[in-house]
Amino acid sequence: MLLSISTTHKPATDLGYLLMKNPENIHPVELSFGMAHVFYPQATDDLCTATLVLDVDAVGLVRGKGPGGEGLEQYVNDRPYVASSYFSVAIARAFGTALTGKSKYKQELADSKIPLTAKIPVVPCRGGEVLLNTLFAPLGYEIKATRLPLDSQFPDWGESRYYSLELSNTVRVKDLLSHLYVLIPVLDDDKHYFVGQAEVEKLLKHGEGWLSSHPAKQIISTRYLLHKRSLAQLALDQLLEEEEDPVEKQERQDSQEDAVERPISLNEQRINAVIETLKAHQVRSVIDLGCGEGRYLKEILEHREFGSVAGIDVSPRVLEKAADRLKLERMPERRREKISLFQSSLVYKDARLKDYEAAICIEVIEHMDLPRIPVFERTLFQYAHPRVIIVTTPNLEYNKKFETLPAGKLRHGDHRFEWTREEFQTWANNAARRFGYSVSFSPIGPVDEELGPPTQMATFVLAEAEKEVESKIGKGNNEN
Amino acid sequence: MKISIPELSLVLLVGTSGCGKSTFGRTHFKATEVISSDFCRGLVADDENDQSASSDAFTVLHCIVDRRLAAGRLAVVDATNVQPEDRQALLNVARQNNVLAVAIVFDISESICIERNEQRPDRDFGPHVIRRQYKSLKRSMRGMKREGFSRVFILESPEDVDQVEIERAPLWNNRKYDHGPFDIIGDIHGCFDELRELLLKMGYHISECPEEPRYKVHHPEGRRALFVGDLVDRGPKTPEVLRLVMSMLDDGTGLCVAGNHDVKLMKKLAGKNVSMTHGLPESVEQMDKETDEFKQKCGSFLDSLISHYVLDDGKLVVAHAGLKEKLQGRSSARVRDFCLYGETTGETDEYGLPVRYNWAGDYRGRAMVVYGHTPVPRTEWINNTICLDTGCVFGGNLTAMRYPERELVSVPAAKMYYQPVKPLELVEDHAARQIRDDESLDINDVCGKRIVNTRLQRAMTIRAENASAALEVMSRFAVNPQWLAYLPPTMSPSATSKLEGYLEYPEEALNYFSDNGVMQVICEEKHMGSRAVVVVCKDEESAEKRFGVHNEGIGVCYTRTGRPFFQDADLQREFLERIKSAADECGFWEEHNTSWMILDCELMPWSMKAQELLRKQYASTGSAAANAMAELNVQLSAAKSRGLDTSVLEQGFSQRKEQVHKYVEAYRRYCWNVESLKDIKLAPFHLLATESGAHADKNHLWHIGALSKLVRAEGEEVLMLTNNRVVDLASSDEKIAACHWWENLTAEGGEGMVIKPLDFVATGHKGFVQPAVKCRGKEYLRIIYGPEYDDPRYLERLRHRGLGHKRSLAWREFALGVEALERFVAKEPLYRVHECVFAVLALESEPVDPRL
Repeated sequence: MLLSISTTHKPATDLGYLLMKNPENIHPVELSFGMAHVFYPQATDDLCTATLVLDVDAVGLVRGKGPGGEGLEQYVNDRPYVASSYFSVAIARAFGTALTGKSKYKQELADSKIPLTAKIPVVPCRGGEVLLNTLFAPLGYEIKATRLPLDSQFPDWGESRYYSLELSNTVRVKDLLSHLYVLIPVLDDDKHYFVGQAEVEKLLKHGEGWLSSHPAKQIISTRYLLHKRSLAQLALDQLLEEEEDPVEKQERQDSQEDAVERPISLNEQRINAVIETLKAHQVRSVIDLGCGEGRYLKEILEHREFGSVAGIDVSPRVLEKAADRLKLERMPERRREKISLFQSSLVYKDARLKDYEAAICIEVIEHMDLPRIPVFERTLFQYAHPRVIIVTTPNLEYNKKFETLPAGKLRHGDHRFEWTREEFQTWANNAARRFGYSVSFSPIGPVDEELGPPTQMATFVLAEAEKEVESKIGKGNNEN
Repeated sequence: MKISIPELSLVLLVGTSGCGKSTFGRTHFKATEVISSDFCRGLVADDENDQSASSDAFTVLHCIVDRRLAAGRLAVVDATNVQPEDRQALLNVARQNNVLAVAIVFDISESICIERNEQRPDRDFGPHVIRRQYKSLKRSMRGMKREGFSRVFILESPEDVDQVEIERAPLWNNRKYDHGPFDIIGDIHGCFDELRELLLKMGYHISECPEEPRYKVHHPEGRRALFVGDLVDRGPKTPEVLRLVMSMLDDGTGLCVAGNHDVKLMKKLAGKNVSMTHGLPESVEQMDKETDEFKQKCGSFLDSLISHYVLDDGKLVVAHAGLKEKLQGRSSARVRDFCLYGETTGETDEYGLPVRYNWAGDYRGRAMVVYGHTPVPRTEWINNTICLDTGCVFGGNLTAMRYPERELVSVPAAKMYYQPVKPLELVEDHAARQIRDDESLDINDVCGKRIVNTRLQRAMTIRAENASAALEVMSRFAVNPQWLAYLPPTMSPSATSKLEGYLEYPEEALNYFSDNGVMQVICEEKHMGSRAVVVVCKDEESAEKRFGVHNEGIGVCYTRTGRPFFQDADLQREFLERIKSAADECGFWEEHNTSWMILDCELMPWSMKAQELLRKQYASTGSAAANAMAELNVQLSAAKSRGLDTSVLEQGFSQRKEQVHKYVEAYRRYCWNVESLKDIKLAPFHLLATESGAHADKNHLWHIGALSKLVRAEGEEVLMLTNNRVVDLASSDEKIAACHWWENLTAEGGEGMVIKPLDFVATGHKGFVQPAVKCRGKEYLRIIYGPEYDDPRYLERLRHRGLGHKRSLAWREFALGVEALERFVAKEPLYRVHECVFAVLALESEPVDPRL
């Protein structure tokens, strides 16, 4: 809610001219979401400070479409008190002229670099001090940041995502204002209004002269445009065109090539292993249980061996994304007929699962509570009863190798458990025995001599062939 | 001529154009029962005579016939049907639906038909068409019965046609008119002594006739025995069993359906070559000692047994191997096979016995199905079906179920008469697991648009998208559904207060009830924690028996969306043990004649469940606000000391500072760290259900009373009482006192209070009223509506809030919750209980202002 800009340039009170706000008055500014005021707590020849204070209409804020949409989040929130996109709007309204670099009375001063300090008491920052440095250091700022605690009474709750921030630099007023205008919402990683094409133009306008040479321009564009990839790409293309020299261009292309040549990811190894196994068992139809956004489905569809492919997920939102990602609506009819996507759950019997020869369950079981695993076994092994079942899950032992993963922590926030190789194999062997499957295990990813692979895979094959022979030897049916 | 057709069948009218089929159809059947090809041609082509539309027309016709038969309705097809292949297609539809087909053939001379057609202006085809049709008819008429019709009636002249009288005969299996009471008896297999003992135990009088070798059996209350078949084979006294059962059927004191062994013996007696296995040699040997006359009588008796009965208005189905819903009340070879043998998957187990298709696990029918066939170590209800074959001949028991009482009676076998292929004890091992398997839920039990009937409100609609949202929550986050016999309803706040500075005040809540004609209410202190449902059993065995869970401890504690409360399993165990010990101590189990309980509670601290929300939202906002306000103060005083007139700004923000402070105070009050059990508080306020019933019929004083015993026995360390007062709404003094009570509660930092009708389910003069209305304190509302909510600028705007949708949801969720409990205590199948609980969760995904 508060932003102060100070200068020690002499006479410091010239700041009033630069900002077009007389230090001796309090200046109200009307905004669509409340009021802003500009006043000067200090105004001497040595030091002059202009403070912009924002009074956001807290109730009006949620009367419209809140960003979260659900829950109480939008009603009890920090927006009135922190530096956010509301602030960028207020800067543009209160210091509009200064932001364009113009000054009615002191144009020369406006064009010169002067020592300036911006102080913001509460800045939400997703990305911490690292991000603050990444964004402001290349622009020459001296950064003082202090992280604020969540609640002094509950130190266990840890620190907040807020910083008290002080930025000092010798720049033009216009520069400081543009930097703040663009980078405050980037730190917050949010916007209070719809982001569309117009936002790209705003970014380019206020980033003119500094953004294209900023090493973090990718992060800045992405966050400023709320992670809308197509918009961010549009902005980046224009930024690059602006001043990319041939050497830089070459380097960029090289790095792209590097990306291609880098060792294939664990994810790719997983899907490759699964597809190879499916082919080895001459499977024609596959269902991906817990297909998520359809990453694996997309791969599987590329292989013509599979005439019928399905994906299920328990989350309707995720399925919508999968449909988008696979471009189901625009798929040619022939290809479209091959695939179906539907909502289902692994803890409810579902007759639709019976239509597939093979079921794959890639990195899914660890998202289920352990007491639900027996039901999952029955729905899959007993009820759906496909000929081939492939289950992959992380190998807990391997977690030691992940440097960023604290000891004892699981790899994902939603993992309810992770199994060692022995635990996984015990489970799989039991399930196989109970439901008449044979099972084999294979590693996925680089195998550590002691800890094993990062991912473990079990392939279950229905032992029906042997059974059929047995039943012919066995005596007549239907007698009791 | 009298034509008797089965009440549920497919009737084909066969004859050339102009033979009088349509007139016949109109005369003898309902207009909707007759589906004519002309009509279908009209539907698809706007012209009943457009022959080019025939293919499409017949697609429609087949579809209608199929849907009618599937729904159990007679269908009459009015088309020429003169070609065998046309008839075959329709016979297939009948077969698929397991109904009989009947043909009524109009063998009317060509000349009459041609003449009739010439008189009709819309029939413009020539006589050659009729001649061709007639030729086809004649060619295939004789062999028509073999095509698969159960009856073929031939009408040879217009006079024949005029004299027809149609009679609709009930199917043999239809005994819907028969309401019992019955004693349904499991597989006997020649165990006469046990049968006799069982009948005597149930109060039947049995005497032998001196003059002929038969029995006289009757029950003084007119009850009848209903045998599920397999009277014979393996056991020692097959002829005696047959003699007794035949006597009972003759005297009208018994009914019997066929078992596979009965059929096999019948074939043997008829001289057919059948394999002498599975106890048939014993029967044959015993029968050989009987007279030829008796053997013959037995043969025709066994031959007369039908596959299954549908009884008591369709509420009861009895078949030897059980019967899935689709096949009930139908007749076909498939139905008979299912009734006799069940369905097998084609696989065999390690004993060479066929692996059975688990039809009972998938059963969702309305009728109770009682059957035998597969020996089980003990009887278990699976989705409203029960198997009574408790392996008497293998040394188990002979079991009967009394209908409609659902009471089980059994006598032990005197000895093991026959060595089972698969030892019964081995079956026992798998029994517990089997029940869980059989009761696993199906996606179709919950998905799509659903209509749920509850005793408090009929035909409640659950929208498909809400069900879809609930499926995710239920699958990913909820505890094992077998624990979930209840989810609490949402609660509506009181109507908005007009008092200055207040958004909610008790007066409106109290008036809501008195306006609806409910004059006795109870005000209960609203604890500020999280709603919790706690299930506690006497021991793990009781949990396994009543809830069907396995290795999941003595109970569970879950949130209002069914999520487990405790991350720490040890802490949950300790917590549940504590409640269990209190129940042991105060004689709770004995008093309520139960081994389990379900409690509706508030669990504190709030921070235990709301940790994430607190950190991300509440504490964050507090931290941001406090720091921003502090800095603003510094800068404003600096400006002021410079001589600037900052009064406008100060006015605007001074109140804010106070509000932020109060807000932080408000949420802090409900937070403390949980390190051990003693940091947890549980305030139970409803004793929802025990073995003795769902206690929705008791008033709240009963609930509070029953629970306070438990709380006191625990020593009030973890459990806590809920302060309350009963208010007579006719007295304005009591109303005012209740308001003061609330003011004091909230002034001391309490969340507020809940006002409920004294009766758990209350009816006012406009129908059902809200089961509870909450009235929240001024400070508490700050953490709901935001720190600044009571600023007069904001408060006025916040007063415009609609409660209609919230109240409607609260009421529907309440009705569903009560229904779930009632179904659970009535031991209905899991899917029936889950349906209601799931529906509550689905309704919770309806968008409604979360601040209400």
